[in-house]
Amino acid sequence: MADIPADQSAGIMRAADGRPLKVALARAQTRARRRAFLLVAPLLFFVLVTFVVPIGQMLHRSVHNPTFVDNMPQVAAWFRDTPAGTEPDEAALAALIAYLAAAAEARTIGAVGTRVNYEMQGTRSLFTAAGRRAGRLEAPYREALLDIDAKWGDPALWSTMRQVSTAYTANFYLAAVDRTRDLDGSVTRVAPDRAVYLTLFQRTFLLSALITFLCLLLGFPIAHLLATLPLRYSNLLMILVLLPFWTSLLVRTTAWMVILQGQGVLNNALVSLGIIGDTGRVELMYNQAGTVIAMTHILLPFMVLPLYSVMRTINPSYVRAARSLGATSWTAFRRVYLPQTLPGIGAGSLLVFILAVGYYITPALVGGASGQLISNLIAFHMQNSLNWSLAAALAALLLAAVLALYWLYDRLVGVDNMKLG
Amino acid sequence: MKRMLFLTSTLMCVGFAAAAQGELNIVSWGGAYGASQMEAYHKPYMALTGIKINSIDADNPATPIKAQVEAGNVSIDIADVEPSDLVRLCDEGALEVLPIDELPDGADGTPAADDFIEGGLYDCGVGTIVYSTLIAYRTDTGVAPTSSADFFDLEKFPGKRGLRKGAKYSLELALMADGVPPAEVYDVLGTPEGVDRAFAKLDTIKDQVIWWEAGAQPPQLLADGEVVMTTAYNGRIFNAMMEENQPFALLWPNQIYDFNLWVIPKGAPHKDAAWEFIKWSTDTQRLADQAGFISYGPARKSSSPLVGLFKDGKTEMGPHMPTNPDYVADALTTDIEFWADHDIELNERFNAWLAAS
Repeated sequence: MADIPADQSAGIMRAADGRPLKVALARAQTRARRRAFLLVAPLLFFVLVTFVVPIGQMLHRSVHNPTFVDNMPQVAAWFRDTPAGTEPDEAALAALIAYLAAAAEARTIGAVGTRVNYEMQGTRSLFTAAGRRAGRLEAPYREALLDIDAKWGDPALWSTMRQVSTAYTANFYLAAVDRTRDLDGSVTRVAPDRAVYLTLFQRTFLLSALITFLCLLLGFPIAHLLATLPLRYSNLLMILVLLPFWTSLLVRTTAWMVILQGQGVLNNALVSLGIIGDTGRVELMYNQAGTVIAMTHILLPFMVLPLYSVMRTINPSYVRAARSLGATSWTAFRRVYLPQTLPGIGAGSLLVFILAVGYYITPALVGGASGQLISNLIAFHMQNSLNWSLAAALAALLLAAVLALYWLYDRLVGVDNMKLG
Repeated sequence: MKRMLFLTSTLMCVGFAAAAQGELNIVSWGGAYGASQMEAYHKPYMALTGIKINSIDADNPATPIKAQVEAGNVSIDIADVEPSDLVRLCDEGALEVLPIDELPDGADGTPAADDFIEGGLYDCGVGTIVYSTLIAYRTDTGVAPTSSADFFDLEKFPGKRGLRKGAKYSLELALMADGVPPAEVYDVLGTPEGVDRAFAKLDTIKDQVIWWEAGAQPPQLLADGEVVMTTAYNGRIFNAMMEENQPFALLWPNQIYDFNLWVIPKGAPHKDAAWEFIKWSTDTQRLADQAGFISYGPARKSSSPLVGLFKDGKTEMGPHMPTNPDYVADALTTDIEFWADHDIELNERFNAWLAAS
């Protein structure tokens, strides 16, 4: 027995090929894990490309705007090398004018002007006007610039240019919460006639909460009916819930426009029934009422479906038992049935609320002025003002708020208790 | 309502439009105006050259340009834009600079540079039409507004009004209604007090306004009886009157002129073919042809004598043109530089004003 390896004698088990069992098992598990990874790799790749990277880019864009640095590197360098509040010297002004001339030639002057204009209104024209004449300017440059427009001597302008001369900035987040930096760089509120985002964030969350509540109010009885009816009736009812769910969002919104408008179906019916006069037509569209009505209808299936799937599994004998033990129908509902539906209520409410917070097309079409949500302003900055950094900052704040709510939900109810179906 | 179609078609088509050879992707404003371009330019050009033209609609064709250029994925060959957007995009390097001296002379031999109406030719764009934004109203309600001040008079003319959502046009109209002569509008609007004054005037009707975004919406709002009067593009209202016999009328005093121009986004996939199309479609005859399909004035002076009848063969276009001498006296010409410079700040103020309700 002298040829027995030492470790065997120490009690190590071996596989058939003589390797230690532990190693063989680990290798087999690695292989299995690798195969499993290869199976999910396409999905992972898809999620990375379509979800993580774009959101990452958006978040990056909300703090990164290199327009100024890219177009005027020397002027940006001068700002970097001098302390805040330094009066621009002739060398800096010469660099500025050289770049204004070059930018006007290369037709990027508008880009720089627009970037500064984001932070300080009414300055875009300073850059375009100076760019047009920069080629003909002669020293002393300070007087030459002041000659074009006295605003070039404004310390606020230079303070703003200093702020935008770095590629990374938190200013877009400040703008997204109606704040700005004043001359010495401290954060202040913007003028009341320019404040818009906080109001809209507040309105977005309030309306979304209202819509979620209405969906719950309407969806709960429907889901209960669906769950308790005999299958052949409940299937028919289910189709009625799903049919609008499958219909295009635009079609449903347009249908609501036809129904709700001043000369629409609903108002005409009310007038012909004599309930309201022809001059007293109810305003149901182009205001918050329109947004709430249309969005509640459109989001209702997202409440009904999780509720239904939870209610379906609730054993009816519990309520019967409660009744037989003397509970009133209200008590049996409140103490026995309702608590069992909580996972469905949680899932449905969270789903509806998160969808509502980011809703765009429906408020844009039926919301008028008072029914606009924050997403409409994000779209405005994406499409019209082309201030993508501000749009990204607004979107990031919205994302953060939703994540915070999700965390809160997890703490209060527990995400594990959520049932989507 | 058609806005949804615009939204979807813009998003879909602009993204996925085929970039094959022998095609041109042209983005315009849709509706009756888009149809007039299809009849006057696109169909004859396709028959002439065999090039396939994809006509794509947008609420404002200038909006997708910057996004596409910045993303480095340009699918638009030609877009039809307003001058203020043109100047802004041109300054930001989002448009091709065009060799405009290659444009054909007018039919009467005038060089192109002199033939285009002032403001209709830029080194980044070539004008096609002069249109106006003005007040349109229903004639079957019994009372007819006679001035822009009436638009803000809720006692005399109760009911909803339609306004284009945005600072441009709304502020000018408010000032003119408040008694500012057209010639002084932009001077007043250039001061903080003037802006406050315009918003104060808008405040008086704020809760009665339905805001529209696509040019096809105002005729729809009027037809549905949703508004008693609305600002609108004159050609849209004209075509609704002619083709759908709608009881609409236009209020010419204080009309606000503007141009529409062809531009080529920087990096357009068929840049050369696009420029060929622009040269062809902006000659004297083609511009005159378009006026037969919608009541917008041609951007070339030499086209005016050639403008004849509407496509129904009996309506004289003259009285329906914004350039008619009778309507010019108290008209306002959009100040392009003003809007290129103040577009962002005034729209931010406008958004804040709109949201604070």
